[in-house]
Amino acid sequence: MNIINFTPVPAFTGGVIIGLAVVVFFLLNGRLIGISGIASNVLTEKNNRFDNFLFLLGLIIGPILYTVFTNQQINVTISNSYILLIIAGLLVGLGTRISGGCTSGHGISGIGRFSLRSIIATITFMIVGIITVFIKNLI
Amino acid sequence: MNKLASLVSGIIFGIGLVVSEMINPAKVLGFLDLFGSWDPSLAFVMIGALVVSSPMFHLIKNNKKPLFAEKFDYSNNKNINTKLIIGSVLFGAGWGLGGLCPGPAISSIALLNVYSIAFVLSMFVGFYLVKVLNFTATK
Repeated sequence: MNIINFTPVPAFTGGVIIGLAVVVFFLLNGRLIGISGIASNVLTEKNNRFDNFLFLLGLIIGPILYTVFTNQQINVTISNSYILLIIAGLLVGLGTRISGGCTSGHGISGIGRFSLRSIIATITFMIVGIITVFIKNLI
Repeated sequence: MNKLASLVSGIIFGIGLVVSEMINPAKVLGFLDLFGSWDPSLAFVMIGALVVSSPMFHLIKNNKKPLFAEKFDYSNNKNINTKLIIGSVLFGAGWGLGGLCPGPAISSIALLNVYSIAFVLSMFVGFYLVKVLNFTATK
């Protein structure tokens, strides 16, 4: 193992901003952010549908506002084929709904309220993600 | 007001994803490449988010009610079962394959990246399948 591209300061700062979003949503609307849940509920649940839709819209507007105000380009590098991304998307959609959360819902909101099931979920998906990347690099 | 709060929370979260660079799948895959060239940044994002959200969650949950909603509404599911593990394994595999999880995938639609749009559409198919097969751990 060698460490590369490590950016602790932007990472921590961005993390604090994400934490702030969780606090604002909880203080004002009384709900904890879990993006897979919010996105899935826009599709399948009538309850809070417009709120959830607006949250997702905000997720998309955020990067646009950032670019407009800072004049900085956002770097997104995707080096996978369509077919791999479609399989990945399907697995993420199925997995997050079966387990009831993703990186935000289990990894931040769940761990933040000391939920054991979220801690177990987060450790599991991180280990499996690491194994997946390890195998992918072998092929 | 709760509609505005939803939008603003989404915007803040989206900006956090950009600042932390988690919107870039290459950064996420760098974190999961523990046995290759490791980029620990994602861990600092989670720490930053938790340092803010966790203490605030425990403070705010003692309030009578949220500012713009009738009551606090968050999961208190404590079930640690096979669905939690199966779902987390599937999610981890998809996350490791594509480097995208739901938040960054939706946020990166802002960049009109065709790959992330394909991923998001496929992810919604996954959400829908879990709903129609009634296989979610949250209900």
